Amino acid sequence: MSDAALKTHLPSYLREWQNRIEEVARGHGLDFFPVVFEILTYDQMNEIAAYGGFPNRYPHWRFGMEYEQLSKSYEYGLSKIYEMVINSNPSYAYLLEGNSVTEQKLVMAHVIAHVDFFKNNFAFRATDLDASGRVDPVRKIENYDPNRKWIDKMANHGQRVRRIIERHGIQKVEEFIDECLSLENLIDPHLPFAGPHVAEVEDEHAAIEVPRLRSKDYMDPFINPEDYLEEQRRKIEEARERQKRFPERPERDVLLFLLNHAPLERWERDILEIIRTEAYYFLPQMQTKIMNEGWASYWHSKIMTEGVLDASEIIDYADRNAGVLATSGGRLNPYKLGVELFRHIEERWDKGQFGREWEECDSLEMKRHWDMRLGLGRKKIFEVRALYNDVTFIDEFLTPEFCHEHKLFSFGWSNRNERYEIESREFKQVKDKLLFQLTNAGNPFIYVEDANFENRGELLLRHEHQGIDLRADWARETLRALVRIWKRPVSVQTIFDGKGTMLRYDGREHTSRLFKTS
Amino acid sequence: MSLRIDQDHSRFRNIVRGKIRQNLRRYISHGELIGRKGKDVVSVPIPQIDIPRFRFADRQQGGVGQGDGDIGDPVGGQEGDRSGPGRAGKDPGEHILEVDVTLDELAQILGEELELPDIEDKGKSKIASTKDRYTGIRRVGPESLRHFKRTYREALKRMIASGTFSPERPVVVPIPDDKRYRSWKTDVEPVANAVIIYMMDVSGSMGDEQKEIVRIESFWIDTWLKSQYKGLESRYIIHDAVAREVDRDTFFYTRESGGTMISSAYKLCLKIIEENYPADEWNIYPFHFSDGDNWSMDDTLTCVELLKQKILPKVNMFGYGQVESPYGSGQFIKDLRELFSKEEKLVTSEIRDKDAIVTSIKEFLGKGK
Repeated sequence: MSDAALKTHLPSYLREWQNRIEEVARGHGLDFFPVVFEILTYDQMNEIAAYGGFPNRYPHWRFGMEYEQLSKSYEYGLSKIYEMVINSNPSYAYLLEGNSVTEQKLVMAHVIAHVDFFKNNFAFRATDLDASGRVDPVRKIENYDPNRKWIDKMANHGQRVRRIIERHGIQKVEEFIDECLSLENLIDPHLPFAGPHVAEVEDEHAAIEVPRLRSKDYMDPFINPEDYLEEQRRKIEEARERQKRFPERPERDVLLFLLNHAPLERWERDILEIIRTEAYYFLPQMQTKIMNEGWASYWHSKIMTEGVLDASEIIDYADRNAGVLATSGGRLNPYKLGVELFRHIEERWDKGQFGREWEECDSLEMKRHWDMRLGLGRKKIFEVRALYNDVTFIDEFLTPEFCHEHKLFSFGWSNRNERYEIESREFKQVKDKLLFQLTNAGNPFIYVEDANFENRGELLLRHEHQGIDLRADWARETLRALVRIWKRPVSVQTIFDGKGTMLRYDGREHTSRLFKTS
Repeated sequence: MSLRIDQDHSRFRNIVRGKIRQNLRRYISHGELIGRKGKDVVSVPIPQIDIPRFRFADRQQGGVGQGDGDIGDPVGGQEGDRSGPGRAGKDPGEHILEVDVTLDELAQILGEELELPDIEDKGKSKIASTKDRYTGIRRVGPESLRHFKRTYREALKRMIASGTFSPERPVVVPIPDDKRYRSWKTDVEPVANAVIIYMMDVSGSMGDEQKEIVRIESFWIDTWLKSQYKGLESRYIIHDAVAREVDRDTFFYTRESGGTMISSAYKLCLKIIEENYPADEWNIYPFHFSDGDNWSMDDTLTCVELLKQKILPKVNMFGYGQVESPYGSGQFIKDLRELFSKEEKLVTSEIRDKDAIVTSIKEFLGKGK
């Protein structure tokens, strides 16, 4: 990093505040990687934000698009980025030049809690560069200090892509990157924790029973001679080999499958690999958005109000804090939802509102005054921050009371009125909808089903339909990208309007046909 | 210092402009050029390219929100704003991003985007008047301009800092030092010295789509000229076989049927100019929109005479925009181009569809007249 060239190091008074805040945070039991703060002007900030927090990425127009949107929003006074922190060890965080000291303190406290989350939440262990083989998500590690030099890693990706561009021309390389990005979301979130495939102990080598021609015992050596049997056995083996599907099991990491089996040139493979690695890097952040922001907001308010703010700053702080946690226009604010859920959990565990006794209690009156003074809240939220992701977090801790108190609702599109309307305030509906949105980071489940579809070397994908159709025009465009990588026709099995549909693209035209769903 | 992002940014701009990577152009989300229009504010969609992926159909999915409202109530967020509230993850390519800008800024953007030259003023007489606008906050001022909220905030801050604030008895008493006042700035506003005269063919062959194009086009012309002349008047004429002057709303929403005599509009235009806008004091911009289907060649010749003898000498520029309609022959623009091939003040432009508006604006305004 060229931090010296950018003159982005922290001035000493902020450095002092950083030490103070870290001290308070440690006192509360937060455990974080070292954090390097840098101060940026707004255009540096917008640039780095456009690159997803990294000062050095591979060249691509979409970063330019991000930049335009960020800088226009800033210029028109719509939004500005207060802070940015990246998951790496040491962690880098950026402060915006010209913010008031109160704001900088708030941001630092917020950032420290994010870094604690990066270090301790299980999902982020998948981003350890020195992890080998299966990552154990829950094992406690003494003096955990993983290699997460993602700044270097991303810069290295940038160098590799630049070199490829020099050799093959920007047009060609960029087009290929676009195609890869079309498939970016087709990865398997469980893969880092899955370990190597354990081959099913099928009787692959079990003796092949060769059918014999009927014969009397004494005639057998003549009617079923040894070499005849041998030939039959070989035929059966071959047939079995042919029947074996490839891939044997449906493969969810479509990118990995293409990487291993698509006819790619070396530079293409290199780029696909880069895109896939980066997709896995950003995945945990998408899986823990609500928790991560909730956790950071919980701690910034604790740290700020207990020892870091002086009295004259309270109003400004409260103003900013309210801005961060505001909900308006019916929108769900992940910061707000997360922090309230953490507080809700803390209160429940402090008062002992959990376990069998609590759940079996029917008296609302008793529940309202339920307080066993256990004081387990703090311990519980630390445990939750380590062992949950958004899906399990919501699944386990969203309660009907919480839902009601925070006025959550589910909404859907009304064809009649041509608008989104509130559908329900029932706990079950709200929770179902929220979980659906969060599952697989909001992406459909797509599997590689068969790489030799209809024995023609075509690729067959399957969309595991869970009640919501794919966006058809985009699905077709995505097939286009797949064909360019696979070099043979590609089909995807899905369901449109309740009918099993097979979309196929052969490089020239799109076709779709219905098929029976089992 | 030049930023690394500049390269990626200019590449993106070039894709949007269609200079490179034409295959990506179909993924650009076009909003309408103008979104909603408040008092002095419009929202402009920023172009965005969505990379297609396997994704869920938006409308089926819905989502979860937070706030008041009964079942069946609409959820905040307008049409076209398709990012469901609370969608986790920061995923580019979810919705058309809109920004609200003032008309002044908009004109500036327009000028930059289309590389429009500033108009050379003809040095005509200008009369200015002054106007006060409240723009800032000061520590001194008359009591009648006291800013209550700011004053309250200052007082609250001071009391908390000095420890005299008690939440049990939340009384806030401002002292003179806390007081904040609105302050103003005096702007010089020149009195109008430019006029646009819009003429539109409303004969049966002009459909709603054609009118929509005229509406958008005239909005941009207005915006640009407003930024160039501090005061601007607009007049509106509609015509079929006869012409009449109307107000703005009528202009855009009238639909008539019948024949087309373009000369009727030009005559009326000339009358308006002669009666109200002496050419040596005013910058005059007539714009005429039609589908190019005139009643007869005779009438076209009358128009040409009028333009040549009377109108063109008086105006800065005369714009003729021809929208394509399934009924019109589109002959008029050909006649004009043939007969006025050397005349710089007459600018003609064909507008095929909405996407062609931008080019057409550039044709009209790109000469700096």
